[in-house]
This record gives sequence, C-alpha cells and structure tokens, in this order.
Amino acid sequence: MSEARKDDTILDVKNLQTVFFTNSGLFRAVDDVSFNVRRGETLAIVGESGCGKSVTALSVMRLVPDPPGRVVGGTVTLEGTDLLSLDEAEMRKIRGNRMSMIFQEPMTSLNPVMRIGDQITEVLRLHQEMTSREAWAKAVEMLRLVRIPEPDRRAQEYPHQLSGGMRQRAMIAMALACRPALLIADEPTTALDVTIQAQILALIVDLQKTLGTGLILITHDLGVVAQTAQRVIVMYAGKKVEEAAVEDLFENPKHPYTRGLMASMPAVISFGAKTDARLNEIPGMVPSLTNLPPGCAFAPRCSLAIDRCRAEYPPLQEVDGDHFAACWRAAELVGAP
Amino acid sequence: MTDQRPLLEVTDLVKHYAVRGGVLRRRVGTVHAVDGVSFSVAKGETLGLVGESGCGKSTVARSVLRLVEPSSGAIKLNGTDITGLSKAEMRPHRRSMQIVFQDPFASLNPRMTAGDIVGEPLGVHGLATGRAQQERVAELFGQVGLRADQMKNYPHQFSGGQRQRICIARALALGPSLIVCDEPVSALDVSIQAQVINLLIDLQRKNDFSYLFIAHDLAVVAHISHRVAVMYLGRIVEIADKTELFANPRHPYTQALLASVPVADPKAKKLAPMIDGDVPSPINPPSGCAFHTRCRYVMDRCKVERPTLVKAGGQHEVACWLNDGTGRAENS
Ligand SMILES: Nc1ncnc2c1ncn2[C@@H]1O[C@H](COP(=O)(O)OP(=O)(O)OP(=O)(O)O)[C@@H](O)[C@H]1O
Ligand SMILES: Nc1ncnc2c1ncn2[C@@H]1O[C@H](COP(=O)(O)OP(=O)(O)O)[C@@H](O)[C@H]1O
Ligand code: SF4
Ligand code: SF4
Ligand SMILES: [Mg+2]
Ligand SMILES: [Mg+2]
Repeated sequence: MSEARKDDTILDVKNLQTVFFTNSGLFRAVDDVSFNVRRGETLAIVGESGCGKSVTALSVMRLVPDPPGRVVGGTVTLEGTDLLSLDEAEMRKIRGNRMSMIFQEPMTSLNPVMRIGDQITEVLRLHQEMTSREAWAKAVEMLRLVRIPEPDRRAQEYPHQLSGGMRQRAMIAMALACRPALLIADEPTTALDVTIQAQILALIVDLQKTLGTGLILITHDLGVVAQTAQRVIVMYAGKKVEEAAVEDLFENPKHPYTRGLMASMPAVISFGAKTDARLNEIPGMVPSLTNLPPGCAFAPRCSLAIDRCRAEYPPLQEVDGDHFAACWRAAELVGAP
Repeated sequence: MTDQRPLLEVTDLVKHYAVRGGVLRRRVGTVHAVDGVSFSVAKGETLGLVGESGCGKSTVARSVLRLVEPSSGAIKLNGTDITGLSKAEMRPHRRSMQIVFQDPFASLNPRMTAGDIVGEPLGVHGLATGRAQQERVAELFGQVGLRADQMKNYPHQFSGGQRQRICIARALALGPSLIVCDEPVSALDVSIQAQVINLLIDLQRKNDFSYLFIAHDLAVVAHISHRVAVMYLGRIVEIADKTELFANPRHPYTQALLASVPVADPKAKKLAPMIDGDVPSPINPPSGCAFHTRCRYVMDRCKVERPTLVKAGGQHEVACWLNDGTGRAENS
C-alpha cells in the first residue's frame, strides 16, 4: 500500500474473523478478511448468498448478534479509532454519526410509528448540539438533498405513506444526516425496480462525491459493481478470494470463481446472441460453511482444480499490481473469461 | 414455431380488484391490475413478459391458468376458450398448463418427500400409481438434474436451486404444452440462476413446449425469450421479436428500462436514470397514456387519448403516439 493511499484511509479492516456457534457446530462466517476504504472511495463486496458479505458489514458496525455470533479476531480501525476495543456506549456515539449503514429493506431502520422528519431529527440531536427546530430544518434539508419532492410535507409523513424508492431515499437521508466518514450499503437496491435502482444508485454516488463519504457497497450484481465501485472484493465461503481495482477485475479476473460469475451472467447486450443459447454455468452449489472441504473451498466446483487445491488452501497473493487472488492457478488466468 | 394456430391466445384480458375501505367495507376504488392485454404464444415458443413490480405480470399468469377469474376477456388454449369452463371441464386443460413460481420453498409442501411432490399430479390425474409412478418420478428427477436417491428427501434438505428443479419436475410430470414461469430464477444466486435457465432451455428443446416467462430481470428475459412483451400499469406497451425489441426499442418506457440496467462493464459508465419518479398507483392510473406522468416526450394528446398497440414494422407493435406515424416528427 502506497503512502498516499494510507493517508486517505478511513476504514482499515485487518484479518477480521467472525464466527457463529450453532447447533450444527461452529463456523467461520468471515474468515481472515482484510480491506480498507479511502475517503470518497467506493469499495464493492460481491459474492453469492451466505458468503459473509452482511456479516462483514455487521462486524464493522459491531452489530453481529451475540449469541450466536462473535468477532473473534482482527482489527477494525475507523478514522484511527480501534472499534473492537470500544464498549457499547462508545459505539453508539459512532454509529449513525461517523459511520452509518443502510439495508435492503428500509423498514429495518425506519420506525413505522414515527414521522420521517422526527426520525432524522432524533439522529441529529443524538449526535450534535441542536435545538429541535434546527434539527427539523436540517432534516428537511436532508430530504431535499436526497431529492424527495416536497420535503416539507414528506417530513411530516410516516414511512408507510412513502413508496419503496422514497423510503430508501429517506433512509439514505437519515444515514447521511451527520455526514459520516463511512457509509455501508447492504444490497440497497436489490428490492427495487430497475428504473428506481438507477435513480438510487445515481443518488448515492452523487452524494458520496459531494460529501466525500467512503462507501462500502454490498451487492451480488456485477452490473452494479461495474457502474459504481472503484475497488472490488469478491468473497466465497467466508473468505476474500479476490481484490482489485474495478477495471482490472473486469478486464482480467484472476480467480476462477470470479470468472465463473462473470461468464454465467446473462447480458442484455447479448441480443445478437443466438436465441436461447445456453449460459456458462458454475456446476454444483455453494458449500455449507459448517462442512467446508479442506484446501480451496471452490475446488468441488472448479474446472481447473488440481490435487494441490484439494489439499492446501491457496493464500491470497498479489498476482498483479494491487490485484490479489487466492488461487493456486491465478497466474495462468489471463484476460476476460 | 411451425404450427399456424397459436397454442395460447389471450384477448382483451382485464382483471380489476375492488379496493374497500371504511367500516362498511364499501368499494372506494378499483385496482386496474390488468387492463386489456392481448398476446399469443406459439407452440415451442417462449414469450417473455417484463415490467416493474405491480404492473400486472403475475395477474396475467394467474388468469391464464385460471387461478384467478379474469374480469373480462378471452383465453384460448389450443383454440378452446377456457374462461367460461367449469371445474370439471377445466380438468383436461389443467394437464396442459403448469406453473413454476418464484419462491421454490413456499410452493413445496414441507411434509412431503420430493418424490411424492413430483409424483402427486400423476396420481391425481390417474396417470401412474405405485411402481410405475416411482419409475416415472425417477425419470423426471433425472431430466431436471436431480438424483433418484434424492426422491426420499424433504424440501428443506435441498438448496434453493434444487428446490426449483423439484418444482420444474412437478410441472413436467403431466407433459404440459405450456409452462408459465413467474420469476422462476429471481430468488436464486447468479451461478444457480444460470443452471436453472439452461435447464429450462434444454427441456424446451427436448419437449417442444411453450413458456410464458415472467421476470423483472431484463437480461434473463432477453436471454431465454423468442419474443418479449413489455408491460406498464396493466397494459402491454410494446411487443416484438426479442432481437428487434432490444436492438430497436420504440416505446419510451422500454427505452428507459433498457437504459436503467447497470452494464457489467466499468468502461461503459452510464448511470444516468432515464425516468424520474415512481410508477403511479394502479388504483387511479393516469388518463390517456399511463406513462405520460414520467415520459420525456409527453405531448398534450398523450394525457387524454390512450394509445393502442399498433404495428411498427413487421411483428413489432407499440402503444405510443410517437409511433402511430404522425407524432414522431413533431417531437424529435
Ligand atoms: N444470526 C445468525 N445466526 C447464525 N448464522 C448466521 C447468522 N447471521 C448470518 N449467519 C450465517 O453466516 C453466513 C454469512 O452470512 P451473511 O448474512 O454475511 O451472508 P451474505 O453474504 O450477506 O448473503 P446474502 O447475499 O444472502 O445477504 C451464512 O452462512 C449465514 O447463514
Ligand atoms: N388479490 C388482489 N387483491 C387486490 N389487488 C391485487 C391482488 N393481486 C394483485 N393485486 C394488485 O394488482 C396489481 C398487479 O399485481 P401483480 O400482477 O402481482 O404485479 P406483478 O406480478 O407485475 O408484480 C398490483 O397493484 C397489485 O397490488
Ligand atoms: S485454488 Fe484450485 S480449486 Fe481453488 S480456485 Fe484455484 S484452481 Fe480452482
Ligand atoms: S404516448 Fe405520449 S406519453 Fe405515452 S409513451 Fe408515447 S410519447 Fe410518452
Ligand atoms: Mg446479506
Ligand atoms: Mg409478480
């Protein structure tokens, strides 16, 4: 990591380990994951259901439900503060203030029986010295910032009176009200229609630029990644298997899983493609975390697997400038899939 | 697609729901879930139906299968209008039409084994029982890429993609001529999505049945369909051959939909939303062209007169005043 990059770093996560204790045993939902986010940068985390994206985010927010889960290793440093050493009271001063999180389903963070304006006012007054009047005015300003029409009127409404896209905007307004250094967005547009998704993504990227917020965008949609992120990490079965700048990742994916994901995606642009041509598929299914194979977790589905893959876990290595992959055969993989 | 007569022919399908309110549960409004939809599906053809949530896709699907009673309109299956048929009269037609839903878990009985789930329709229609049924089920399992020894497992023992395979096997059991797929891969991970799409394509090649394929994901629809219909607020606004529709979208809504899909290529940055605002409520849909509240080309006429689907060259049909041969010049 160069010095310039280090200086701008808002969030630095090192060797994060989060485990769950369940009936079927202990499993590592997040296993030795490291990354950092710079001011104004978007880091995308991609991967399939259950690979540990949300648990990574919750670990950073210190919101992993305990029991059954617990962060058991690593460090999380936000603007120089080691979050894992803080107590809950200190964390509450940071959440919603220096870092915020938004979810796929806005109703998980909105209170159904409180007016939108009051909810934003509450967050503001929790973290900043403000009269309720000032806070209300700021709340309306935030609603305007996220381009909710008639923000004065909407501030007086309850969440159920808003459409899905509008609720997502209100949640973004609340998350950004205190100008956090870091925003974590967990599948923020997955539940939305594509035209509304385009509006919300454009809004998030726009605000992030204006405010200089660092953004972690969790998604399973490679299109969303390509259109928003500067850096990307790909997760599989709790581990980071690849990390690269977005252009490098799409031009030259180095992990067979990343390549498989890219190849299995139908593209609207493939119109020219023969009608009903088959897609490339990744065979098999995502392994259960309680029952991972020894060696590379992707080996049972990987067409390139060799004996070594089944015996030894491939370490994450720099395969190109600032491009990392955890695969024994990464060096052989060149160009787009 | 050689058969002349379409397998499925839907004409002027309307489905309205009453909205009741107040203590007396009086009718206070009407949901125009489907508002005059016509289309046909040929033998061996896949017709894709796309549009945003709430635009009426599932209601069309359910009406075709008579899982809901249409308010008006005709649904012809192999030339027979099935809209007025009694339960008993419907029975032979039920065999020819099957459905695969989005949520493969909700649509499977958790207390039945996978084998019994797939075999049940065979028993109900008296086609196979006992040993013959077991053999047929094992064969169906093979066709959808499941192992025969998995027949004794329960739904919760399968992954999402495998559960969707069970649903597909059950749909195949009676040898249908039409399978309605309502968001069949929307709940699945990308890599599993590809497996299920491939399976659907392979099965169609082998069996020559037709799909009415509903999804909100344009890429998925673009991939599997032969023709595509775009719905907005209960109406079809554009319908064309797949290649033609995506290469040459005529309706401003179709254009906006296509432009909203994030392209998986960082060099093709174009995150500019094409339309503002939300889909209006289907309870009081806008007058005239229902898209006029969000359309960047809106003209006075659009607010009062409802455009109908008209031919825009070949099999391409569009419902937009810009495309009726008179409006285009005024606007561009
Ligand atoms: N409260 C919990 N108790 C037990 N296991 C959990 C809990 N929360 C998450 N897990 C498990 O941890 C693993 C990682 O889950 P996580 O929610 O991070 O996945 P994800 O990548 O966000 O997936 P998705 O794309 O489905 O949101 C999964 O195996 C999940 O079942
Ligand atoms: N049983 C019902 N009662 C009242 N309204 C309904 C019912 N089913 C569907 N609707 C309404 O009809 C419209 C179309 O719904 P649907 O066909 O499910 O849309 P889609 O499948 O395109 O998302 C929506 O506004 C929906 O809320
Ligand atoms: S380490 Fe081996 S099995 Fe794992 S992804 Fe690389 S080639 Fe495939
Ligand atoms: S009819 Fe008018 S409002 Fe409707 S899509 Fe065409 S131009 Fe737009
Ligand atoms: Mg998640
Ligand atoms: Mg639906």
